[in-house]
Amino acid sequence: MEVVDSAVAPVAAPDRTYDAARIRLHVVTGKGGTGKTTVAAALALALAAGGRRTLLCEVEGRQGIAQLFDVPQLPYQERKIAVASDGGEVFALAVEPKAALLEYLDLFYRMGRAGKVLERMGAVDFATTVAPGLRDVLLTGKVYEAARRRRSGPVYDAVVLDAPPTGRVTRFLNVNEEVADLAKVGPVRNQATSIMSLMRSPQTAVHLVSVLEEMPVQETQDAAAELRAVGLPLGLVVVNMVREPVLAPRDLERAAAGRLDRVEVLAGLEAAGLGERRGGRRPAGTSSIEEAWLERLADGLISEGVDHALRVELEREQRADLAGIDRPMAELPALPGGIDLGALYDLADMLAEQGMA
Amino acid sequence: MTPPAPSPHLRHAPGFDVDALLDDPATRIVVCCGAGGVGKTTTAAALALRAAERGRRVVVLTIDPARRLAQSMGLGSLDNTPRPVAGADVAGDGRLDAMMLDMKRTFDEVIEQHAAPEKAAQIFANPFYQAMSSSFAGTQEYMAMEKLGQLRAEADAAAAQGRPSWDLIVVDTPPSRSALDFLDAPARLGSFLDGRLIRILSAPAKAGSRAYLRVVSAAVGSATGVLTKLLGTQILRDVQSFVAALDTVFGGFRERAAHTYELLQAPGTAFVVVAAPEPEALRESAYFVERLAAESMPLAGLVLNRVHQSPAEELSASRAVTAAEDLEESAEHLLVAALLKIHADVLRRREREHALASRFTAAFPRVPVVEVAARAQDVHDLAGLREIGAGLAKG
Repeated sequence: MEVVDSAVAPVAAPDRTYDAARIRLHVVTGKGGTGKTTVAAALALALAAGGRRTLLCEVEGRQGIAQLFDVPQLPYQERKIAVASDGGEVFALAVEPKAALLEYLDLFYRMGRAGKVLERMGAVDFATTVAPGLRDVLLTGKVYEAARRRRSGPVYDAVVLDAPPTGRVTRFLNVNEEVADLAKVGPVRNQATSIMSLMRSPQTAVHLVSVLEEMPVQETQDAAAELRAVGLPLGLVVVNMVREPVLAPRDLERAAAGRLDRVEVLAGLEAAGLGERRGGRRPAGTSSIEEAWLERLADGLISEGVDHALRVELEREQRADLAGIDRPMAELPALPGGIDLGALYDLADMLAEQGMA
Repeated sequence: MTPPAPSPHLRHAPGFDVDALLDDPATRIVVCCGAGGVGKTTTAAALALRAAERGRRVVVLTIDPARRLAQSMGLGSLDNTPRPVAGADVAGDGRLDAMMLDMKRTFDEVIEQHAAPEKAAQIFANPFYQAMSSSFAGTQEYMAMEKLGQLRAEADAAAAQGRPSWDLIVVDTPPSRSALDFLDAPARLGSFLDGRLIRILSAPAKAGSRAYLRVVSAAVGSATGVLTKLLGTQILRDVQSFVAALDTVFGGFRERAAHTYELLQAPGTAFVVVAAPEPEALRESAYFVERLAAESMPLAGLVLNRVHQSPAEELSASRAVTAAEDLEESAEHLLVAALLKIHADVLRRREREHALASRFTAAFPRVPVVEVAARAQDVHDLAGLREIGAGLAKG
């Protein structure tokens, strides 16, 4: 009677070679502020290219996708929000726990009425707001349904999940493991077991988005270790908002060592015509006010140059730490103008070029 | 060089006088909240250190500090108990204690406090409790507020007995789905405990399973039927015995939840919203500010972290770019050309940040704001926290 299902036993899965063509569920996580929603959206666009169809899901009620694509708030309904190259389509869905629960009851148990009974007794509120964890069960359940769908409703080549941030993602993705431990038999156990097998299968990849700063990199390393420990398959490490060094390598070294030459900088500023503040350039005997202005400017620029060099140095260390996670990496540049729809397409192309899609 | 002039965009935002807040003996609780990744924990630690070094008796409750920051405060081990922070240069009879929240321990302690020993043992053995107390998301929010309540009760009890006690509690908030989850936790718990679900769940276990069929009403029967079909009998049994075992503890839970909520509204509480000059973080802050007002919870001000500043403001970005291009064209002074480009980037970034900040201030003109300059490196030691605290106070 009681069957212990080996599919739910956590097994530390060996890292798999990343092959975008095999993946149906792309999970994108990252520390707050690293741009995981942007990366998830760009990935959904990239995966849809060439006439395919993808679903971009969010689960935290933030409406981040709507803001990114500049469309009205997403309802609990799959909607086409963008086209990709060669007739591809990106759909989006904001998963909402309460609606997911009622839909689940109706779909799997034909219990439309039961939903009302549960709602009346406060069980729906309980499940979606009070009971810790149940919300995550419902959210992952809906994503699972969309990823496994073969009929009734749009069928997707891939589902991209804009997941909770790194600090909570393992618990979120692994919640069905807990449920399977609690429910030894019955429909809930079966559902939880199926979700966990998809999550651990070669059809799932958990991508980690980071920027080249200490805390995000530390959290990315921690998350990689936690995900590996529970047997969830890692995808790529995406380094976001990368800025190219502006200073030449030799100058970077000098700046970092505090050896930028003030006289040299002053001469350069003069040569650039910045010495002539008002009116024409005055040869010798420039007023002392102007000289002071130029010197202040030179010092200011030098201190900005030093900060720049220190940042580049720090970023080099952070990049090495991320490489230590030992997963394929992709990089995306910082976009000075911020992210708009056009920028998303550019980022999608870059992800495709780097083999993520 | 003189420090850069405050941005004209921010001139309408009243300054946030952090020292006045920390020095005011009426300030008993400071809650730092905001989106993830904006430096909430660091801000909480910096405020606590500054308050202690100005003579307050402070305990800071951190939720999930970065490892090196935790180590710098002596929080190497997670033991759920406030410990003195070595190296804090406290003034007068000030002191600084710090602790890191252990949600499972906190939950266990609540049970131990409210249930008889054998009942507590039953609860601890229940698989549903084990899962809920250690691994489910959401528990952290409940337990952070529970711990805040405990610390305050401890402080009040000590004060009543004339023992030295904390006169200021600084709380960091969990990195929740929404920054507001911790605010809702106590009220949610209260409404759940008063709800029908609890009665339905606890009915069968109380009545005993045979009697139950005859005794309980049809409505409860059908609801339980639905639950059985959904969850299976075994899990329902676990939940029911959990709820039944918790029955005695519930009153205490509800009372404490209500009490914590009142504490958050009390005059001695000040909320500090922490943000970074990024659209998402400021959007979240705006939401938070509105929500605090709706709940009559006192907002002290906004800390805008990681603001970029330029020590060479007088040279505009466009002029710097033109000059850089001139130099590049002549292929001379390439170092200076690069420095000018870096400068233009810094200024553009600063402009973007100020545009975001001024949008916030336009929406909330009465919310005091203090900016904290971006740093090249994260803070790992008390000296760094002290510097941040000084920056906060200077505004």
